Amino acid sequence: MSTYDPNVAPKVSNKPIIWSLFAAGGTVTALLTPVLVLLFALAVPLGILPAEMFSYARMESLLASPLIRLVVFGILFLSLWHTAHRMRITVHDFGLRSDGAAVFVFYGLAAIATIVLAVALI
Amino acid sequence: MSTKTSILPVVGSHHRTLEVEVLRYDPDKDDKPYYQTYQVPCEEEWVILDVINYIKDNLDRTLSYRWSCHMAVCGSCGMMVNGEPTLTCASFVRDMPAKIRVEPLENFPVARDLIVDMDSFVEKLSSVKPYIIAADERTVEDGTFTQLPAQLADYMSYTHCINCLLCYAACPQVNLNEGFVGPAALALAHRYNLDSRDKGRSVREDVVASNAGIWECSFVGACSEVCPKHVDPAAAIQQIKIAATGDYFINFLMPWKKSKNTDEASSGGGK
Amino acid sequence: MKLANGNYIRSPNRYSWWLRQGRYVRYMMRELSSLFIGVFSVMMVWGLYRLSQGETAFTAFTDMFWSKSILVLSVLMFLFAAYHSYTWFIVTPKAMPLKLGGKRIAAGVIIGAHMLLWLLCSVAVWAAFVYGGAV
Repeated sequence: MSTYDPNVAPKVSNKPIIWSLFAAGGTVTALLTPVLVLLFALAVPLGILPAEMFSYARMESLLASPLIRLVVFGILFLSLWHTAHRMRITVHDFGLRSDGAAVFVFYGLAAIATIVLAVALI
Repeated sequence: MSTKTSILPVVGSHHRTLEVEVLRYDPDKDDKPYYQTYQVPCEEEWVILDVINYIKDNLDRTLSYRWSCHMAVCGSCGMMVNGEPTLTCASFVRDMPAKIRVEPLENFPVARDLIVDMDSFVEKLSSVKPYIIAADERTVEDGTFTQLPAQLADYMSYTHCINCLLCYAACPQVNLNEGFVGPAALALAHRYNLDSRDKGRSVREDVVASNAGIWECSFVGACSEVCPKHVDPAAAIQQIKIAATGDYFINFLMPWKKSKNTDEASSGGGK
Repeated sequence: MKLANGNYIRSPNRYSWWLRQGRYVRYMMRELSSLFIGVFSVMMVWGLYRLSQGETAFTAFTDMFWSKSILVLSVLMFLFAAYHSYTWFIVTPKAMPLKLGGKRIAAGVIIGAHMLLWLLCSVAVWAAFVYGGAV
């Protein structure tokens, strides 16, 4: 991606901006994603919880509180940007060497998802 | 049995023959490297370096490789053994299968046989300013620095690096990004950043926190796994990432603080 | 590749280098966990969007999880998410070597505390969802 060149004065990177989202997102997803997958993707099909718990009316009432909506936004926002940054590096590891394209695709997708998320929750 | 080097252990009872495949390359004759196989009668107590020395002394005088201390201090006998970066003086024959493959360290150009060109590493190492940068000029009259045992303990483990380059051979990001400053150099930068006598963290960050520095690391952790001295460069780099992120936002939000030292957060006290 | 100065560069294969060693395979699986976390996050964003569109749209979304292929994906998402958690917490002492009263806290204690926090968060989220509506 970048090369250390003794003839060029190096510059402090602006990676901390995206890396702090990656790191915060990594922690949040490590703490919460397994249980969220279990709850929202597996509990009903596996018969652990009744489908009525995920009814439209119940979900609406759960999300009625602005605080809950803010927490949901925070969790998903960080998860999305965690993924975007890690995938940018992973495709490079897999041999696809265009960092610019990876930035465009993954950060772009995360940005679109963030906007949809915000629209859905407002 | 002729033993020309005195460091070979006395021949004991655990005799065994090892089939050793060695990568050979002579830049004057060869267009590309090839493997040459030797049958080496060895003792279970030998280390891999003894095997290589036996080949050199008894089977093939043309084999080139680096070694010196035979006791895991000089760091010059690192090689790939069965694909694993290995300090050959600290790795025993008894732990090896009947057949081994010895190659020069990966991620470096091969100069000849098992010798790699480590110029790029030396350049990267010096780029991180691996020496104490004091806050003020210090004269002889000022006397020596004082340091508490607890302050020494903060960075002690990072002083154990012997520059054997196993971590560079193990690191996929060194392979994928030629310019990556790399594990050992960044661990040594961290060693000085953590030193209570040092105030050079923000100076080092020019290189350490550049795109070619810590941000090229994706925390594979292989460097720490292969390190024969338990230096743990992977840990050092993650700690620098956190500190550099803090420094970045402090400098961004409070630009007037930029000239000041940003050391106190990590050095546990200062002087 | 032989260089002008005689040195020879040996490069591992650009696409398959990580298949040579278990530690690289485990690393790549850890990195790929983010893909599954990302897919799940996008599904949740989509679910919230469908929720905002009304009952019919949201019911169509929840019905999706009954499909066999989505169920397989869900199991994979769970396994990769749990692997991410494990790999994330197991290295916490490296990134955060915490000290207490001047003494370094043992690595096992830092890891254990994070694993415990993971368990507590999971139970709390589950309980909050299952019993939250009743409040």
